[in-house]
Amino acid sequence: MATSNPSVFLLSVNGQIEGANFPCYDDLYCKYCFVYGQDWMPTTGLEEGITQITCKGRQSQKLIWNFPLDITFKSTNPSGWPQLVLSVYGPDVFGNDVVRGYGAIHIPLTPGKHKRTLPMFVPEPTWRLQKFTSWLWGRRPEYTDPKVVAQGEGREVTRVCSQGFVTVIFNIIMKDMKKLGYDSGPSTSSNAQPCGTASGWSTEEQTNL
Amino acid sequence: MASPGASAIRDKLRKQRRTLQETFVKLKHEGDDEQALVPSSGLSEESQHSTMNETQSSEDDPGETLKRTLRAQRQMRRKKLLEKLSAQNSPVEDIEEIPSVPLHSEDEGTGKISKVPSLTSLASKAPKSRASQQSDRFVTRRLEEKLKAARSQGESLRLQEASVVAAGRRRDRPKVTRSDREVDSDADSSQFLPQAASTRVKFRGPTEPVERNRVTADEAYNFFTINFEVQPEEKTSKKSRKSSKERKREEAQVQEEEDEERSQDPSQDHDEDEPLVQDEDGNVFVLEQTSKDFLEVKSAEYIGLRAFAVRHRPLIFTPSSRTVPTSAKLPENMTPRYLEDEGLYVGERLTVSPSNENILENRILRMEEGAKWFGDDGRIISLPDPIKESSSRPPLFHMEDDLDPALQTFYMKPLQSKHTNLSICAADAVLGDYQLDVDVSGLIFSHHPLFSREHVLASRLAQLYDQYLNRQRNNLTEHLTDKLNGLRNTMRNMLEIHSEQNLSQALQQRIVEYSMEVKNTRELRDGEQEKDRTLLKSLVKVWKELKALREHQRFINTPYKLFLRRETVDRESDEREYEKDILSEVWELEAEAEVDYQTKLSEYKKQLDEWKAWRKKQKSKKKKRKKKAQDETEEDDQEASEPEGPPDEGPSKPDTPEKLELDTIVKQVREKAARIRRKPGEAILIPELTASGNVSEGELCPRGEVARRHEVARRFIFVKILYNDKEVSQTNSFPLNPDFRVHFGQIFNLRIVNCPRSITLQVFEDLGSLYTMLAEVYVPVPPSSVLAGNSSIEEFEFSSNQREMFDHEGVGSGVPLSFTGDASDNVILLTSGKLSCCVSWGVGEDNVPLAPPLSQHPGAHHGGQYDAVSPLAPSGNVKKIGEWAMQSRLDPNDPVNASVMQMLKVASSGQVSAPDFFRLEQLQEEFNFASDEELARSRRFRLLALRSQEVPEFRNYKYVPSREREVSEKVFQGYEKRLKEGEMIDTKEHLDFHRALVAKYLQKIREAVIHRFLLASHHFLLSDMVIEEEMPCFGGARLRRVPDRHLRDSTEFLEMRSPKLLKMTGRAEMLNGAGPGILGLNLFHLAEPKRPLRPQRKERKKVTAQNLSDGDIKLLVNILRAYDIPVRRSQGGKAGPSPQGAIQGSDWLVNHVQVRPFVEVSFQRNVFQTTTADGPNPCWNEELQLPFRAPNDDYSVASLQSVKDEVFINIFDEVVREMGARENGESPQTRVEKHWLGSVKIPFSTIYSQSRIEGTFKVKTPAVLLGYSKERSQPNAGVYESVHSLCQGAFITLFITIEPLLQPGESIREKIKELKFDSQEDERLLQAAERFERAAAEGFPGRPCATTAVDLNGKTVFITRYIRPLNPPPEIMSDQPQEDAIQVARFVSLIPSLPDKVSFSGICDLWSTCDQFLMLLAGDEEEHAVLLCNYFLFLGKKAWLIIGTAVPEGLSAYVLTLEQGRYLIWNPSSGQYYGQYDTFCPLQAVGCLVNADNVWLNIQEHVSPMRISFDVSRGVGWRPFFNRFFTHPGLSSVQPEELVYRGSDKTAAVELQERMEKLLRDKVMEWRPQRPTRWNRYCSSALKHFLPSLEQCAVALGSGAHDLAEGHRHELENLLGDNRISGFPLHMAFSEMGPIVEAVHSTGVHTIQTSNVEFALAVYVHPYPNNVLSVWVYLASLVRS
Repeated sequence: MATSNPSVFLLSVNGQIEGANFPCYDDLYCKYCFVYGQDWMPTTGLEEGITQITCKGRQSQKLIWNFPLDITFKSTNPSGWPQLVLSVYGPDVFGNDVVRGYGAIHIPLTPGKHKRTLPMFVPEPTWRLQKFTSWLWGRRPEYTDPKVVAQGEGREVTRVCSQGFVTVIFNIIMKDMKKLGYDSGPSTSSNAQPCGTASGWSTEEQTNL
Repeated sequence: MASPGASAIRDKLRKQRRTLQETFVKLKHEGDDEQALVPSSGLSEESQHSTMNETQSSEDDPGETLKRTLRAQRQMRRKKLLEKLSAQNSPVEDIEEIPSVPLHSEDEGTGKISKVPSLTSLASKAPKSRASQQSDRFVTRRLEEKLKAARSQGESLRLQEASVVAAGRRRDRPKVTRSDREVDSDADSSQFLPQAASTRVKFRGPTEPVERNRVTADEAYNFFTINFEVQPEEKTSKKSRKSSKERKREEAQVQEEEDEERSQDPSQDHDEDEPLVQDEDGNVFVLEQTSKDFLEVKSAEYIGLRAFAVRHRPLIFTPSSRTVPTSAKLPENMTPRYLEDEGLYVGERLTVSPSNENILENRILRMEEGAKWFGDDGRIISLPDPIKESSSRPPLFHMEDDLDPALQTFYMKPLQSKHTNLSICAADAVLGDYQLDVDVSGLIFSHHPLFSREHVLASRLAQLYDQYLNRQRNNLTEHLTDKLNGLRNTMRNMLEIHSEQNLSQALQQRIVEYSMEVKNTRELRDGEQEKDRTLLKSLVKVWKELKALREHQRFINTPYKLFLRRETVDRESDEREYEKDILSEVWELEAEAEVDYQTKLSEYKKQLDEWKAWRKKQKSKKKKRKKKAQDETEEDDQEASEPEGPPDEGPSKPDTPEKLELDTIVKQVREKAARIRRKPGEAILIPELTASGNVSEGELCPRGEVARRHEVARRFIFVKILYNDKEVSQTNSFPLNPDFRVHFGQIFNLRIVNCPRSITLQVFEDLGSLYTMLAEVYVPVPPSSVLAGNSSIEEFEFSSNQREMFDHEGVGSGVPLSFTGDASDNVILLTSGKLSCCVSWGVGEDNVPLAPPLSQHPGAHHGGQYDAVSPLAPSGNVKKIGEWAMQSRLDPNDPVNASVMQMLKVASSGQVSAPDFFRLEQLQEEFNFASDEELARSRRFRLLALRSQEVPEFRNYKYVPSREREVSEKVFQGYEKRLKEGEMIDTKEHLDFHRALVAKYLQKIREAVIHRFLLASHHFLLSDMVIEEEMPCFGGARLRRVPDRHLRDSTEFLEMRSPKLLKMTGRAEMLNGAGPGILGLNLFHLAEPKRPLRPQRKERKKVTAQNLSDGDIKLLVNILRAYDIPVRRSQGGKAGPSPQGAIQGSDWLVNHVQVRPFVEVSFQRNVFQTTTADGPNPCWNEELQLPFRAPNDDYSVASLQSVKDEVFINIFDEVVREMGARENGESPQTRVEKHWLGSVKIPFSTIYSQSRIEGTFKVKTPAVLLGYSKERSQPNAGVYESVHSLCQGAFITLFITIEPLLQPGESIREKIKELKFDSQEDERLLQAAERFERAAAEGFPGRPCATTAVDLNGKTVFITRYIRPLNPPPEIMSDQPQEDAIQVARFVSLIPSLPDKVSFSGICDLWSTCDQFLMLLAGDEEEHAVLLCNYFLFLGKKAWLIIGTAVPEGLSAYVLTLEQGRYLIWNPSSGQYYGQYDTFCPLQAVGCLVNADNVWLNIQEHVSPMRISFDVSRGVGWRPFFNRFFTHPGLSSVQPEELVYRGSDKTAAVELQERMEKLLRDKVMEWRPQRPTRWNRYCSSALKHFLPSLEQCAVALGSGAHDLAEGHRHELENLLGDNRISGFPLHMAFSEMGPIVEAVHSTGVHTIQTSNVEFALAVYVHPYPNNVLSVWVYLASLVRS
């Protein structure tokens, strides 16, 4: 039903959380969720998910999850563009599950296939002894909500330390963005070059004889 | 014997070593792999022995005697052996001298013995690591020595061997010195260098075989056996060393006896801890023993720091930081030259610290060609400091002032297509805004290669004539002559007039000026006259030449003819004039000469004076010198004469000026006049050039000329027009005329868009096939005022340096040309000419000039020279820059400052005005995405803007439509209304002006608080962002907060992955409760399994509000059971025989159905009901799910907390009525009626903040329930009976919760607390309060404790200040104290309850004082409790405030009174009271008690009021806030001294009553849209009569309620006859209309479906003082039977 005058545009996100590269950790799993603005609504698909626990192979240093993402949003306003928020967890020396990384990324704005690498980070304990006890008890500092990594407010009070990388592949399809007047970049408008004056130059004269 | 003995020992050692070596060599053959193992196996025997020895020795040591015997034995054996071996060993002595044995063998030995794992590597590394080995050996040796020293003390045998030692010592002496030297040298330079060691090894190499040969197996055997016995040490090798050491020890002792070495011994003994390397003594011993020492404990390779430094000294260069003398930096014999001193500009050098500079200089000097880095001044050449003194960015002045009008931004639409693109489509006429007309009219060659000689002359003639004409037109000569005459006249006049008087100073000055002017003018005139004359002469001359040429060549090529017109003049007057002129000139010149002479003369005199003075001086000097010379004889002669030699360059004697003679002047003037002027009387010649002559025909001309003319005819000329260096057009080709003129007469209209930079005309010559460009003419771009109409044609000269030669008559160009044969007047003529053209701006059809505005002209821009300076000109004031330049002392020679200087120069000349402003972000306006009006107009933008401003209505507005038209105007209606009505007071809604005011006031407070909250919510603390373990306290326990944090965690998996959290933290809490939680104890939890197999159940996940949307939240209401529900009473004889009779007939004990209750839960107008149960104590056990919808779809915490909706839990009786005729035998039609029995109201905010509510609640039943009665004494009531006895009414057990569990807003409250309200309390008190509360929270979690409260002004107030006896309204007082209490409680309960959480979004608990409370007429439990408590205190009761938790309110305040030894707990919001042991008391936990004097914290084990003692006077169980140590500081109360009440307003009550009745009637009708609603007036009026009595009854302790109901029923029955009536009075406190309507609706009276139903409604409002109103609504339905 292709209405000529749509009131919403659709953003379909497929892809997968491919894997991660955490040099020091193993047996990790990943949890994802989407954070989006008020004008957005998921129409179909899972908003949250949790992957299997995966461990590194003998040779490979990469953790592979291959966890599919499939979600479609509808929206009226590009403000609050959805973000994918990942948080990675894994057991520490004592077997406690502790957080190994948080990361967030905007869903790519252009249709097509995108491969993104998310740098991950975790909040740091406020002081040394806490660092020790948190290690001992296996309760690292965590964000109250993983979604805070998708927003800028209040981040200045935290200190974080980088941990590793997660690779995500997005396949983006959009509908009706152009019809609503939003141009999301080159891949949609590659064919429609604005036609300007073809002539290379310049001053031309009219001869009145 | 002694020396053989010593040598024998040495020999023994040698042997031992050798055997070891042999064994090693042998072993080595066995293979490398086994080597590591070999030592142990090979030495096992030895080690066994040694260990044996060791044990022996260790046993021996204590027994001194045993040791002695052993030692004696040992000595004996040794002696024997020595004797035996002495003979053989004597020749080896010299070898012995050698201090070290071959190194590798030694190493092997030690390696084996010390069991250093890598033997091979040791061996190979040995030479290198010698140094370390040595040091190690020192250590071991030292130890051994110590041991021995101790042991050998008092050894008797010492003396026996004294001689031996002496001999040995004698031998040792040189050795010692030698080794000393060695050590010294080593220590000095290359002490531990491996090379040195290895050379030594090499040197000693040859001795090895000699030694080896000596050793036999027997000897080795002996050696070993002896050693085993002798040595008490554990290691075999040590034996050998020891023996040697022993010997040495003895030596040392002898020495001790003998001489100065005495002191060394003790020092050795104590020295073991000191560093050994430096120890001289140690070294002596060491070196002595190295050769015999087999043990080598080897440490890691290490080169001492000093040694390392020494070794690297040649490689490392450390430049010194001392100042380098300048002479070293400069080439020899050069003095430093300082450019600054010479006045040259030298930039400021970078500041480098002097030490660094010195280091650098030193380093450079070491380099080759180091000198080239130094400048003439002896310093390193460096660039000037590039950092400018001041920042180049100008400060912005007058920020706060209004913007300068010059700085206002004008928005210009970007003119992209025109001026940025630099291209147009000329065909598009619209675009061509500007038009440039280029008129190329013609071309004249002043020279052309094809000129004939005649042409050359002719053109010369023409040029001269042109010149003549020009001069004639200007007529400068005439003009100057006139001027001169004028000047002369005025001067003459002036002199004549003032001749008599003395000329004044000014006049004289003027005369001087005039004469100067005259002189100048005269000179100018003379020049002009001369030019005129020469021009005329040359004109004539050229014409003559031309004529001569024409005659000579016999044809005429050019039409020029020169006529000279003579104009005769009057000779006499002319002569007179001439003479007069000459005379005046002479006179003038004379005067000038006179003046000149005077000045010169004065000059001369001055010089002469000087000269004379000088001469005098010279003479006197000479005299003096002569005197001197006489005094000093001849040796000074030379010197004296020398200064005389070169005479002082004093002024030479000036020449006397000559006075000019009049004659010479006259002569000069006349000569000049003759030269430059027409002779007097001579006719004036006026030349006239005409082109009227005939040019000879071709046939008359010679061949060369003909060829030339042909050539000329072949040439064509055209002009190309270039605009901005691009060719835009060209003229047609025109043939070159024979007179070398071309006429084009073409006008080109150029439509242009980009700024004209240059217009160029290129003159081309067309030779048929090839073009050659003759010349380029640059035409200036006309100013925009030059339009097509007013422009004149200008001539532009051009020339070309082309070289051309012809073989015909054409003279060519660029080649020498001579008219005379001898080439004396050679000239080289170049092609040149004049192009006449005109460039102007076009004029449009409507006379609009098509010229660009001035600003677009490149010429209109300011010169580029200012660019460098413009940033320096913040205010544009050049003066300021000048001042600045002066202040900062800019170096005018510095090229960096050139631009500034130039600018200043220009500025001082006053030609420049720099722009007087500077601005940033001039594009800002262009970046605005839409204009403000546009934004204001657009509904969508407005919506978005309001949302981002977090306006309550839109804060959570979702899905703002993408298109403007989809945003309806309705969206804003509510908002606009609110804005508009901000100040207006709506009485309609509130029915009461006072209440309306209060509502407004509350609303304002709420907004203020919410605003504060919103601000705070954007202020994040670390704890808001990160969950982190609290710091473990080593003494105190702060772990308590951990569980909250984790429970609050919203993530599902956290739960999954750490199920033990709850359990664990629970234990932590327990520990804390028991005592201080200790880190150590907590560590035990680590041992717990991390993932227990059976995780315990934990709380459900709590959801953050973000994910929620409509329908996600459900209210779960679990209705378990109810007790004591009123039962139906048989209604006389009519209703009695009901259909249930059949059932009742069977085996029911009771002969009628008591009641069939069901529960209906209504929330937000959604109604759900349970199934129907039977009997007065029904059990439903059903769960109902009610959907919840948040206001504005805002599921944030703040919004949820302010939900005012209440959950109504109504109990109904289901009554089945039969309809229709039974007699017909048809199936009976039944109708179900439901009769309201009672209700429980629970506000949603309570549920939300409690997250679950569980308990038994008292059902609020109407005072009179028509048709029902309370079963007072039921025999089978069972166990409950005893419990119920104390209280009346029905009860219902409920469990209510929200699904999913929402996060309560506690964190916000905490945060607000952290934000801290200011306070007027004593800081100490506040701190104590905080401590007390924290201690309570830590020690007794879950027990609410309040010591401070926040008043309406936002100030923290200590809680006891709220308690003060206050007078209740006098109207409600009676004489009976007991009754008074109930009255007062009722009065308090009639004040509407409004939780702070609702009013202030749960942000904080605000406590208003009692007068504020009575004024606002709204407050939550605390205010009620405080007021009630104060009233009770006034009544003389002992009363306390209980801070505790209750159902359903949660944290709440109750009042405790002590009456006749019995504690009563009062619920202030309902006016109910309970005994301490009342089961159904809603108070669940007691946290603390408060009265005016103190606060007591409950520290008893239990919290339930039933299980605690309320006696605060006893120290046990209650911890007081104020105690002996911290006494009550005498806090004054915040309450007023007395409450003033307004009297009850009866008329207002009546009015309200009527309005309410009408409203309710309308509402009931509204709720029954399908059916007609009939009102039974009769019944209504009857009911109205009952209500006041009900009020009375309620006041009167409710004792007669039962009777009252009976009475009502009877009365109604009497009144209404056979109508079945069911109804009830509702009672509530009045706050607003809404809740009353809601309550009526929830009873469901209106839902009755019977057609013949009638309703009766009566409202009664009873006024209490201060506008407290008690509202009664009597509602009844009547069914006619």
